Amino acid sequence: MTEGSSAGGVILKIDRVSKRFPGVLANDAVSVDIEQGEIHCLLGENGAGKTTLADILYGVHHPDDGALYLKGEPLRMSSPKDAIGAGIGMVHQHFEFVPPMSVLENVIIGAHSKQWLDMGQARRRLQELFDTYDVRVDPDAEVGRLSVGEQQWIEIFKTLYFGLEILILDEPTAVLTPQGVEQLFGILRRMRENGLTVILITHKLNEVMEISDRVTVLRRGKVVDTVDTADVTRQDLARMMVGRDVVFTVENEGGTPGGLLLEVDEIHVESESGRGSLEGLSLTVREGEIVGVAGVSGNGQNALFDALVGVREPSSGEIRLGGGSIVGLSARKIASLGVASVPGDRIRQGLVMDFRVKENLILGRHRSKPYASWGLLRRRPVDGFAKQSIDEFEIMTPSAAHVTRTLSGGNLQKVIMARELSQAPKLLVVHQPTRGLDVGAAEYVRRRLIQERDKGAGVLLMSEDLDEIFNLSDRIAVIYEGRIMAETRPGDTDLEEIGLWMAGISSEPDAAGASASSGNGAAGE
Amino acid sequence: MGEILTHLLTPAVIIGILAGAVRIATPLLLAALGEMVSENSGILNLSIEGTMTLGAFAGFMAMSWYENLWMGLLMAVVSGMLFSLIMALMTVTVKVNQVVAGLALNILGIGFAFFWFRSSFQDRSSLDVPTVPTFDTADIPGLSRIPVVGEVLFSQHWLTYFAFLMVPMVWILLNKTRYGLELRSIGHNPEACDMRGINIVPRQYAAVVFGGAMAGLGGVFLSLASTGMFFPDIAAGRGWIALAIVIFGNWRASWILWGSLFFGLIDALQLSLQAKGLSLPFFGDDYQVFLALPFVFTIVALVLNRSRSRSPLSLAIPYHRGER
Repeated sequence: MTEGSSAGGVILKIDRVSKRFPGVLANDAVSVDIEQGEIHCLLGENGAGKTTLADILYGVHHPDDGALYLKGEPLRMSSPKDAIGAGIGMVHQHFEFVPPMSVLENVIIGAHSKQWLDMGQARRRLQELFDTYDVRVDPDAEVGRLSVGEQQWIEIFKTLYFGLEILILDEPTAVLTPQGVEQLFGILRRMRENGLTVILITHKLNEVMEISDRVTVLRRGKVVDTVDTADVTRQDLARMMVGRDVVFTVENEGGTPGGLLLEVDEIHVESESGRGSLEGLSLTVREGEIVGVAGVSGNGQNALFDALVGVREPSSGEIRLGGGSIVGLSARKIASLGVASVPGDRIRQGLVMDFRVKENLILGRHRSKPYASWGLLRRRPVDGFAKQSIDEFEIMTPSAAHVTRTLSGGNLQKVIMARELSQAPKLLVVHQPTRGLDVGAAEYVRRRLIQERDKGAGVLLMSEDLDEIFNLSDRIAVIYEGRIMAETRPGDTDLEEIGLWMAGISSEPDAAGASASSGNGAAGE
Repeated sequence: MGEILTHLLTPAVIIGILAGAVRIATPLLLAALGEMVSENSGILNLSIEGTMTLGAFAGFMAMSWYENLWMGLLMAVVSGMLFSLIMALMTVTVKVNQVVAGLALNILGIGFAFFWFRSSFQDRSSLDVPTVPTFDTADIPGLSRIPVVGEVLFSQHWLTYFAFLMVPMVWILLNKTRYGLELRSIGHNPEACDMRGINIVPRQYAAVVFGGAMAGLGGVFLSLASTGMFFPDIAAGRGWIALAIVIFGNWRASWILWGSLFFGLIDALQLSLQAKGLSLPFFGDDYQVFLALPFVFTIVALVLNRSRSRSPLSLAIPYHRGER
């Protein structure tokens, strides 16, 4: 879907730019020509150097080598301030707003030229911009209370308010529902119509195919090629990105669910902030079954995870594991009943980053045999288990005694998986198991989950990656505002329907069957 | 109990207590307003107590050298600014832990003032305390003659009028100017400001140094308006109460005014009862119980405000660029 771009010559020339970080050559003589008025995708796996390149374009990092040219003139930047001055704006993966302040205040921060605030004038200008892009958000609303999609619009309008010419977006769709992505793309297309240039960083092939005019593929810090999107297929891009032919889905024969394992019955879990609490959530997991919980983050996934592993106690409702209640039991007790967990925030909840790898591998089981006796850690069993885990899970670390902090994201996840799977768990609760992992590591993690299921474990998989949900799940439950909005099987639904449920819109039972516009479904990415 | 009520219901006593409350609130208000501006930029300056002591001392020394009260005032402000410059250097530039830096500076400020004071007056015994003349109260023509209100509000020190004037000034600064908006944004999310091209460092320096100047003024009020003396314990916990008032006032200038007056009132009440020699129900002669009240109220306010807290989200968290 690449409507003719109104390209008008090279606006930004990236000329043999290199950037080295300790131990990594993040960008290696990268050259790209960005044309005026196009939507240009930077495609690559994690660690391919996309974000580094974007940070260089926004003045956050300075290239060690090479140069940038804006409309033919050399462009030297020492901070984002210079980038803004040159008409370049950026929307980061992690939003950069001030949550307790209003939309209007957020938009004018750093963009207001007068010493005294002129809110009336600022409001008129923002409203004009909103009207141009057909966006309806209350300028006085507190940004922290807006939906994630709306917050992203605000991030975009913050840059538009500056009057920029080039907008860089870093992985903008990671947090959006499929419908949210459509709205975002609508805004981007309108920006292109208005003659603005958009640089979109992503690793999602579908998005590249849908929105971009041209695409530059990066691999290990180098440019593989820049091509017109119309001339290539998804498969071509994938091959360029990974360097080999790619299977998008891991092999999944489907499980053979056995007896009822986990029963969650109408639980309520309050959350401090009031967002992401559980409001009477019920679901079940059987032995030998993967139940995928789809949903936009912040709809209660964290609370559900915490309740299942015993970190937060439900205020009402019942959780039964193999028939016995586990409400009120300590996390240690629940783990000893055969519940293993892989948390969504692996750095904060899954690991102690300053510990050695071998220490993290026995974390939680360090108090009992064989790793400890008489309250002292025993070195040999610990080292033995560490070696075995590193071999089996192919954890890339210089040694078992290395500090965990130095490992890459994929290897951190493998450390957690090795620890959690070592006890042959009955129930595996996993949250965002492949977020931020490259294709290879993600594939490995997914394979292991299927293996565990085939061994008879029940798996509760919470993920925002719908392709992953479709690929792995035997059953899909959609979580919305602390409740299960709908439950279905991968074969009986499609991305669009799940997306609507994720946004809290329930489809008519028969309409859902009729409108099965397949193609996006189980055979997705 | 009956005696206390009879005492407290006398008009002259009521007026005396209210006027006392306004006077006692002055150093608290000055220090708390300054601290609020500093905290709005994300810098928790725990060295207020030390800064006030230093301000009281610098004012006192300048007065004894130059025999000029305004010179004393000036030196107190300058000393507060210089001292908080150390705080800014440590927290904004070197990015050390703000709590540790603040606590260390407290000890330094009090110790330094006391050391210099003792070495300047070492020939005197500790009972023979040197004194200097103090500011007179300044009646505002006309207004001071209004019954009750005039005595309570308009027969005070210039510094008191200044402190009250700073309430709307600080509010306007934070809410109506570009600088204020940027400062508050930095306190909540410095990274967002950095990405918007706002230079964080000079703004945080300015906010911390402003806070130091205000604490210095609060301190000099104690030595050159209240007592005419200097002694190491002259701040007597007022710096800590000022920190508590910022929390109690939920980082709003107007609430900080009420908080300061409220704590001033408690103290004035206590002094009045003590002067009369009345014993308290339950506590007898233990007037110290009043000294604990500000902190008790602060804890209660903190609990009640928990969900509506306007505390800067990045308070006391050093900002390092590029650490995401």
